Formats: sequence, structure tokens, C-alpha cells
Amino acid sequence: MSREALVNSAALLLLVAVPVWALWADEPFTITLATRAVIFALAAAGLNIALGWGGMVSLGHAVYFGLGGYAMGVLAFHAQNYTPLMDWPFTITGTKSMPVIWLVAMISSAVAALVIGLLALRTSGVYFIMITLAFGQMVFFFAISWPTYGGEDGLSIYVRNSFPGLNTLVPIEFYGLCLSVLCVILFLNARLIRSPFGLALNAARQVPHRVETVGMNPTRLKLSALVISGAVTGLAGALFADLNRFVSPTMLSWQMSGEIMVFVIIGGVGRLFGPVVGACLFVLLEHFLGGVSEYWQVFLGLVLLGIVLFGHGGVVGMIAGRGRTHD
Amino acid sequence: MTAILIAEQVLNGLQFGVMLFLMAAGLTLIFGVMGLINLAHGSLYMVGAFAAATIAGATGSFLLALAAALISAALAGALVELVVIRRLYDRDHLDQVLATFALILIFSEGTRWLFGSFPLYLDIPAWLSGPVMLPGGIQYPLYRLALIVLGLLIALGLWLLISHTRIGVQIRAGENDREMIGALGVNISRLYTLVFALGAGLAGLAGALVGAIQSVQVGMGEPVLILAFVVIVIGGIGSIKGALIGALLVGLADTLGGIFLPELLKLFTDPAKATATGSAFASMAIYILMAVVLVWRPTGLFGARV
Repeated sequence: MSREALVNSAALLLLVAVPVWALWADEPFTITLATRAVIFALAAAGLNIALGWGGMVSLGHAVYFGLGGYAMGVLAFHAQNYTPLMDWPFTITGTKSMPVIWLVAMISSAVAALVIGLLALRTSGVYFIMITLAFGQMVFFFAISWPTYGGEDGLSIYVRNSFPGLNTLVPIEFYGLCLSVLCVILFLNARLIRSPFGLALNAARQVPHRVETVGMNPTRLKLSALVISGAVTGLAGALFADLNRFVSPTMLSWQMSGEIMVFVIIGGVGRLFGPVVGACLFVLLEHFLGGVSEYWQVFLGLVLLGIVLFGHGGVVGMIAGRGRTHD
Repeated sequence: MTAILIAEQVLNGLQFGVMLFLMAAGLTLIFGVMGLINLAHGSLYMVGAFAAATIAGATGSFLLALAAALISAALAGALVELVVIRRLYDRDHLDQVLATFALILIFSEGTRWLFGSFPLYLDIPAWLSGPVMLPGGIQYPLYRLALIVLGLLIALGLWLLISHTRIGVQIRAGENDREMIGALGVNISRLYTLVFALGAGLAGLAGALVGAIQSVQVGMGEPVLILAFVVIVIGGIGSIKGALIGALLVGLADTLGGIFLPELLKLFTDPAKATATGSAFASMAIYILMAVVLVWRPTGLFGARV
């Protein structure tokens, strides 16, 4: 077993053990905290597909996170008010069923990623960063000034949405659901990067002109990766909104994009479990530094600076060493 | 809707655009010369505004406040460059994004720590307040007019600096080939610190000037920063001329879009709905402008062709 596999197993073990311990010790807040970490990990796992394997520094992933959140908010809002989403040309009603909400969240985020990607991938490098950031801000301002779904105040949901066979209002059951989703996505992610598509994507990041020479289109590969990436982050957004039973433009803000990127980078870019370790670390830092000082973000900033300037490859990279076979 | 109203809105758009130019000029210079994407540029804007509000509160002099904004932001910029930024020139953009994101957290929360969460106010001085009568019967606030004139003067000054001075020659040479000018005996690290401080000073000045119209608060810099990114994408990275034209386009599109889109929609739907929908879409106007430019010219209006 390689060192990276050990790190991954340890992370997975902790994700199972800590909530079970919290259940036994009757500490429901710890379970909520762990749920938050798992959902952030899922959002970051989405970004990691674009950033780690596609090499696309997208600073606008809050768009997909927020769209996923709004997919849940809008559908549940119409379901709880018994109003149809639209009447014409055919009637669409809201829903409180998680699988349907997830599907809508993933499709709408994927479509957004396709549109943004088509425009942003006309350029590369620093232009790409600025453009994704700018489109993120566009969606943010649109959500703020569009009054139908709460505008700046956001949307609240009375009761958490339902999943067949589970009582999602019980923290540990909802946690189990989120963790299962994360595991499924990570498994698919591992399959994806070993598939012909994943290998081609890797090559498109490193030497685009060679990929072109063998008859593949690097831009199309990257665009597909961005769409998959957006859909995964959108799914995380729907779960996050369900965790809080609330969605607001904050989920679409540029700070959110920055945080999702921070999860990936402190964990380890292009590592399967990098986003998981990064998100857990962030939630822990947020919790403990937040207890120390009201201005904890100063310390968070200093920690981040330290990691960028002196640590290479994030936490997973520092523990596991250079394990990326494709570097 | 009268011609006077339209003229006023055009002037508002110009004023907004000129302030965006001060931000975008620094960013585009820093990117052009050092190849660095600096997310913390908005923090320097905020530093300038807070310095100005503090000095204006202590001395009552607006000109001293502006000088304080320029100097403190330039010093903060030079300090940040010496301590953090210079380690990032050889890194990829991802590291630069994360490090400057960390700087934003430190600057924002540090400022909140020092000054509290409540906004500060910076008053327009008496000799610049009140309206002024323009030809054609347009009444316009003197302060905003002064901003337009000052901004255009700074644009002219920057152009002279870049195209007619020794420093300007070095900056342009640095954009093309940094190793070559090092070999020719130019102290590159000093040049980099200087360019960074210049960009920071311009951002700080913009923060102070705009702070007198809006409130001075933590987080005021980032929305402007992102608009400045839009300006650079439209104008082309590294081009001062592109930054000016991009800034004016964005300023006009944002201001006029906010006025005309709701009016335009009123022709088709009922007024209340038109206002809501119109303002929602108006907030997207500049990004649509950016998308159009991207489709037409991916490297911006004045960017280098790749």
C-alpha cells in the first residue's frame, strides 16, 4: 500500500469513526460539523476534476455550488407553497424528493458550466481565472437583484427534503447519506482519471499540442471535464442548501469560489483525497480558530500563506510525497 | 426621458469608468511586467480609503487625506511585494491566486480588527461640493466632474510616464524580456517593487476618491477588483490604452444599462415587473459585454495577438 493510499484510508476511517463516536457521546453538533466538511469535500472534489486533472484554474465554482443550492431552494419552495414552477407550455410542480432535486441541480450546473466553459476556454491562463471570476460575479448579482426567489435575503425551507428509506432530519442519517454520495463520487472520480478520457485530459493539461497532433481536441476534453466538474459541485450545493435548509446569494459569492479552491489546494491538487483532507482541515480550522478569536480569518490567511510559500503539494502531498504518476 | 437625463447618466458612467481605470491600470501593469495575478489589489483600494478617512477625520483636510491614501497604499503595496509577492513571480498562477486570496483575508480581517465593522465616512470638501452648471443646462455635481478630470489627467500622466521617461522604457522592456533588461544593468527587483507600489498607490487613490461618494468599509475593494478584471479582459492584458477604453466601456455599460433596460422593458410588460426584471438583467450588462468581446477577440481589444 502506498503512502497516499494510507492517507486516504485514514481520512476515510476518520470520516466514519468521528460521527459514530459523536453519536455515542451524544454530540450532534460534531455530526453537523462533519456533514459540513463532507459536503465541502464533495464541492472541492468537483473543482479538483477541472483544476487538478484539467489544469483549469476556475475561480467561479461558486456558480455551480450556488446553482445546486438554488435548484433545491426553488423546487422545495414551490413544493412547500403548493405553487407550480411554471404553467405553460406544461405544468411543472416543485418537489421535496432529494433524488429529483439532485438531478436538477446537476443538470443546471452542467449547463452553466457548458456555457461558461465555451466562452472561458477561448482563452487560457490568467484570462481564464479572471473570466470565471467575472461570470461568477454576474450570476451573484443576478441572484441578488432577482426578487422572485428572495433576492438578497435568500430562501428558507421549513423541512429538510426527503430521501426514500431515510429520515433525513436525523443528523446521523443525513450524514450517512452525504458520506455515501461523496464515496460514490470519489469512486467514479478514480475510475474517470484512469479511463481513456482521463488520460487524454491529463495529456491535454500537460502538452495540449501533442494531444492535438494525435487527433484529439484539447479544448473539447477540457470542456467535458469542466461540465463534469460543475455537475459534481452543483450536487454538493444542493446538499449544502439542504443541510442549512437555506439558500442565499452568499453561496454564489466570489469568497465561496475562493474557499472551494482553498479546500483543494490545502489538501492537494490532483490528489483523489486532496479535497477531502483540505475540506476537513478547513472546517476544523474554522471551528477552532473561530473559538479563539473573532478575527480568525487573519490566522487562516497566515496559515494559507505558509502553505503556499513553504509547503508544496498540499497536506496529502506533504505526507505522501510525490505520488502523482502523471507529473 | 430627456436629453439632460441621458447626458447626466453618460457623465456618471464616465466617472465610474475613470475610477475603474485607476484600479485596472495598476493591475494590468503588474500583470504585464511581472506576470502576476494580484487578487489583493482590492485590499489596497480599501487601505487607501481607510487611510483617507482616518487622516480626514484627524486633520479635516481632504488633500492631505488623498496624499495619505496614495502614500499608505503605495507603502502597503511595497511591503507586500517585498515580503510575499516577490516569492510568487516564478510560481504558477494557482499559487498566486491562493497567496493573494490569503492576503485578502489578512487585510480585510485586520482592517476589521483595527477599525471595527461599521463603515466610516469621508466627506466631500466644501470647495468641491455642490452642483456646477455645464453647457446645455446640465446641472452636475462638481465633485464627480472633478473625478472625471482628475482620472483623465492621471491617465495622461501614466501614458507620459510609460512612453516618455526612462522608468517607462524599463517598464516596457520588462514586459518584453525581463532577463535582457537585467543583463543590461537594470535592477529588476527594484523595478518590480516600484511598479507594484505605483499600482498600489493608484488603487489607494481610487479608494479614497470613491470613498467620498460611497461609504468606507471592509470588503469595498473586491467588487471593484472583479470589475477591474472585466475591464482588463475587455481591454487586453498589459495595455494601458486597453485599460482606459475598457474602463470607460464598462462604466458606461453599467450605468446606462441600469437606466435604460428597465425603461426598454416597460415598452413590453407592466412597469413593476419591468423594473425588477430590467434591473436584474442590467446587473449582467457588463458581463455580456465581456462575453461579446471574448467571442470577437479572445485576447481583448488591445491585447497582444498570440
